[in-house]
Amino acid sequence: MSLDGYNFGYLDEQTKRMIRRAILKAVAVPGYQVPFASRDMPLPYGWGTGGIQVTAACIGPNDVLKVIDQGADDTTNAISIRHFFQKTTRVAVTEATEQATIIQTRHRTPETPLHEGQILVYQVPIPEPLRWLEPRETETRKMHALADYGVMHVKLYEDLARLGQIATSYNYPVLVNGRYVMAPSPIPKFDNPKLDRNPALQLFGAGREKRIYAVPPYTAVRSLDFEDHPFEIQQWDEVCGLCGAGDSYLDEVIIDDRGGKLFCCSDSDYCTRRRAAGHLGPHGRDAPEALRGP
Amino acid sequence: MSESRLLQVEGLTKRFGRTVACDDVSFDLWPGEVLAVVGESGSGKTTLLNAISGHVAPDAGRVLYRTRHEGVVDVLQLSEPARRLLMRTDWGLVHQNPRDGLRLAVSAGANIGERLMAVGDRHYGRIRGTALDWLGRIEIDTDRIDDRPQTFSGGMQQRLQIARNLVTGPRVVFMDEPTGGLDVSVQARLLDLLRQLVTRLSLSVVIVTHDLAVARLLSHRMMVMQRGRVVELGLTDQILDDPQHPYSQLLVASILQT
Repeated sequence: MSLDGYNFGYLDEQTKRMIRRAILKAVAVPGYQVPFASRDMPLPYGWGTGGIQVTAACIGPNDVLKVIDQGADDTTNAISIRHFFQKTTRVAVTEATEQATIIQTRHRTPETPLHEGQILVYQVPIPEPLRWLEPRETETRKMHALADYGVMHVKLYEDLARLGQIATSYNYPVLVNGRYVMAPSPIPKFDNPKLDRNPALQLFGAGREKRIYAVPPYTAVRSLDFEDHPFEIQQWDEVCGLCGAGDSYLDEVIIDDRGGKLFCCSDSDYCTRRRAAGHLGPHGRDAPEALRGP
Repeated sequence: MSESRLLQVEGLTKRFGRTVACDDVSFDLWPGEVLAVVGESGSGKTTLLNAISGHVAPDAGRVLYRTRHEGVVDVLQLSEPARRLLMRTDWGLVHQNPRDGLRLAVSAGANIGERLMAVGDRHYGRIRGTALDWLGRIEIDTDRIDDRPQTFSGGMQQRLQIARNLVTGPRVVFMDEPTGGLDVSVQARLLDLLRQLVTRLSLSVVIVTHDLAVARLLSHRMMVMQRGRVVELGLTDQILDDPQHPYSQLLVASILQT
């Protein structure tokens, strides 16, 4: 299963060099949005064109690729992108987080801790954290240049005043390396602590908006908050119904048409391997087979 | 620049193409002084404010300001970050239309707190406390702290804008027709409030207005502008009682006598 007549990784070498230059700059200035000449990809914007271009620029024949969407390896988007790279590069693919050298992700950071040498590629729909606070792009760039981020706290203040808590639950703004405020892409704020001082290289690609930014290994990433209302992650009363994990991000899944529902790990690799290791959640046996797997 | 002056504007000139909006304008501002800039529409009053506060780049001139700690600086030569910091700590700008100065999508409390957060306050309870305190001072019911300015009346919006500017304890406030567009009774209340705040906080104010009554009530000195030029500058009472320049005479004569 491969595509003849296409260059390795679909993009031509000049394009990959252009993207690599943008990535190098992004790594040199953590959290800064580097513009790049985003290409048309054979799939629509919003399906991960930014992430795919970053992955295509980084991938080599010896890499092992993992692709996840909302934490799962078996969702449509993840499968399509994995097939795309299998066809255009013939690299090995895996579902095991620690075996992968490049992980392309949308909406999640894997539960399994990453290690040095791994690259985590995020697909980013809106790279500008100040987008809904300041409509002018010229002004947001100036605000980044001057580290003029007071307005970000105005938004958090507004959340607290209206709702009694900071209601932002995904794409929660972070301060990278004490300098740039960055949108961590729409990952749940549950994953924000994992960004901090992560040993892996984290790259963020926004295809439609033509921006690349990065968090180099072991870089400080702090979620914005107030002194008297510190940053908090989501918590659940349940544990994962399938594997019983109490420390992972849970999805609420509707399992029948009578209002039945189940909480289970959104990270399918984490859940599967916990079950293989003998962990069993409260619904480990009676959950529908589509959820439990064969 | 002599010891006591807070602000000194020298030869400020701004042209828009062939139109001269401000022509060689110079004046001084002392601490605690209210200076009114009067003149007809299009006489360059607003452009003057914008040029001093750095919102438009003037073609010539200097704006010397005595900072709290670093001596006298030329505001127009400051770096952008230093100028922005000065704007939100030491200076305030009250727009004619409160919608230009307020953030309409967020609550009154957030509007008052914005400057505090911009200069690094990160304590929610403290910011909220300050906002409540200021709402009280500008005579807005503290229950309305979480309401958006859109739900406020014009006069309340204008008062909110003033509070938002004064929350960081600025020393110089520029006001561009703060009473324009308000009905007469609301104007009177706002002027009352302004007078109180100016005295209590010993603010220096440059207030642009075309309403001589406002100038008479608030200002110590007055500057009359016509076609971008300063035609007369002096004590408010003096100019109102004994205007020298023909244009000032015309202005004073046009006040409705009651």
